[in-house]
Amino acid sequence: MNIIVCIKQVPETADVKINPETNTLIRESVKSIINPFDMYAIEEALRLKEKFGGKVTVLTMGPPQAETALREAVSLGVDTPILICDRAIAGSDTWVTSFVLAAAIKKINDFDLIICGKQASDGDTAQVGPGISAHLDIPQVTYVKKIEEIKDNSARVECMTEEGFEVIETPLPALFTVVKEINEPRLPSLRGMMTAKKVQIICWKNQDLALEVEKVGLKGSPTQVVRIFTPPQRTGGKIFHELSDEAFLEIAEIIKQ
Amino acid sequence: MDYLLSEEQQMVKELATKIAQEKIKPVAAELDKTEEFPWQVIKALAQSDLFMIFVPQEFGGTGGGVLDLCIVTEELSRACAGIAVCYAASALGTFPIILFGNEEQKKKYLPALANGEKLAAFGLTEPAAGSDASAVQTTAKKSGDYYILNGTKHFITNGGDAAIYTIIAMTDKTKGARGASAFIVEKDTLGFTFGKKEEKMGIRASSTRELIFNDCKIPKENLLSKEGMGFIITMKTFDMSRPGVAAQAVGIAQGALDLAVEYAKGRVQFGQPISSFQGIQFMLADMATEVEAARALVYSVARSIDSGVTSVAKESAMAKLFASDVAMKVTTDAVQIFGGYGYMRDYPIEKFMRDAKITQIYEGTNQIQRNIIALNLIKESRKNK
Repeated sequence: MNIIVCIKQVPETADVKINPETNTLIRESVKSIINPFDMYAIEEALRLKEKFGGKVTVLTMGPPQAETALREAVSLGVDTPILICDRAIAGSDTWVTSFVLAAAIKKINDFDLIICGKQASDGDTAQVGPGISAHLDIPQVTYVKKIEEIKDNSARVECMTEEGFEVIETPLPALFTVVKEINEPRLPSLRGMMTAKKVQIICWKNQDLALEVEKVGLKGSPTQVVRIFTPPQRTGGKIFHELSDEAFLEIAEIIKQ
Repeated sequence: MDYLLSEEQQMVKELATKIAQEKIKPVAAELDKTEEFPWQVIKALAQSDLFMIFVPQEFGGTGGGVLDLCIVTEELSRACAGIAVCYAASALGTFPIILFGNEEQKKKYLPALANGEKLAAFGLTEPAAGSDASAVQTTAKKSGDYYILNGTKHFITNGGDAAIYTIIAMTDKTKGARGASAFIVEKDTLGFTFGKKEEKMGIRASSTRELIFNDCKIPKENLLSKEGMGFIITMKTFDMSRPGVAAQAVGIAQGALDLAVEYAKGRVQFGQPISSFQGIQFMLADMATEVEAARALVYSVARSIDSGVTSVAKESAMAKLFASDVAMKVTTDAVQIFGGYGYMRDYPIEKFMRDAKITQIYEGTNQIQRNIIALNLIKESRKNK
């Protein structure tokens, strides 16, 4: 069973800073980690590999330093790390990102399952996973919390809903996004870390994926971020413990305002 | 201080720190209370290949050395010395096989110990044979293709939880210390059972049990080296493992120091953090200096062993003696800095003081270490004349 895991390198801090001119994330000077939700995706892929055999490929799109995230994935047991890195794709929105990742997955070609984390801790959009499945025209199941069974080219999974969970059966290949309830990610191994140090990272550029420059990057992104701001902090309301005449008058005054 | 670790040792340290932070710290207080064996942590250590680092490459290890073992033990002990000793005691039980096992014994036992599937333990101490190891009463009588073991070992770390035991028993009582031999005994061998689990003052996450041998029949192939080698095997094993105990002590002391510094910065008295008082500052400075001195000694002894020096009994004893005395002093001072809160179980510091005490006692009391050091000093001076 060959599995592709799409990961994103994110700033470790929850305190993300935005460049006010480009309206994109400032990545410099903050320690980068693998998006925490993607760690569950990697773990699930490794568990499936241990059960069914096959290969786990980890794919990311990002700046050259995203290589660190790929090496960390290898230290956990991932077989093949691929980085899509090109100036032309910088500033891509979620539509373009999923389009580029889907193009890379088409190039890899041989896969039974794609697993993504449910969302990234920096952008929080939860759009890239579903976007990839749409570009590839394969089924998607989001918020997967348990893979119950995989056989005869189909999978039965449990996924979270607001009220409980659903059991869904889907043909493979498919794309799952996973939630943290699905497993407990492992720590790296010493042998994994040694492999990760030496492993050759496969780097793909725009032309490797035959993408037109106009369709990627800031230019190709239909999402236009007009303004980014911190919403004003909400202050608590006023509580009246006694309903005296003065209190009614004050309430009336507040309503008027 | 930069100890110029190799790239691989840096990785080993990074991994051990990660496990200490993510897997040990959250459970340390609970396991100290319940005295439950830390199987979850053992599993994480195994998955991370950390049981491989003291096993030669040809038998499934990564071929690291005593320094690697010290680094891991220290990092784990910073979070919980009880859990760290479960790990280190497996190394102690494995060393006799690495040092004295024949090819078949190594092939049979080392791979499962290296991948952490099985834990090892070392059985020497008996009710009447503590510091006087030559008073061992357990016997091993040869009978055809077997040895028959009879006797009781006690205070055995990992007892009951380990799968492989190195046991010291007398094959010829008339020869005294030279009549002792070492055997590999597997758990579930008929006639091998476990007695009571001890309730301890510290290192409570680790298990300490009695081993009872009642006509326990083991194949003669399980004899390590030759008959009569039991005490030499024991001494050579301890030479290798004492730096590990010393590293445990360094870890305990460092863990306590870390907590003391944090506490002193946050605790306000007389309108200022107590870390601004010179009385506290001097205590912290002394503690830090002693920890660093202990670490420097432990690491250099470990390096010396790894580089192939064989006569390390004196230095190994010095490392264990010095580091464990530092651990006791530093943890006591750390409790002092915490004041009344330090005496309370709600705070993590008193555990460090309880855990530190055992490092002055096991693998040879510190009085025995002084004996070893003095004897070697006198021997050396005779040689030099």
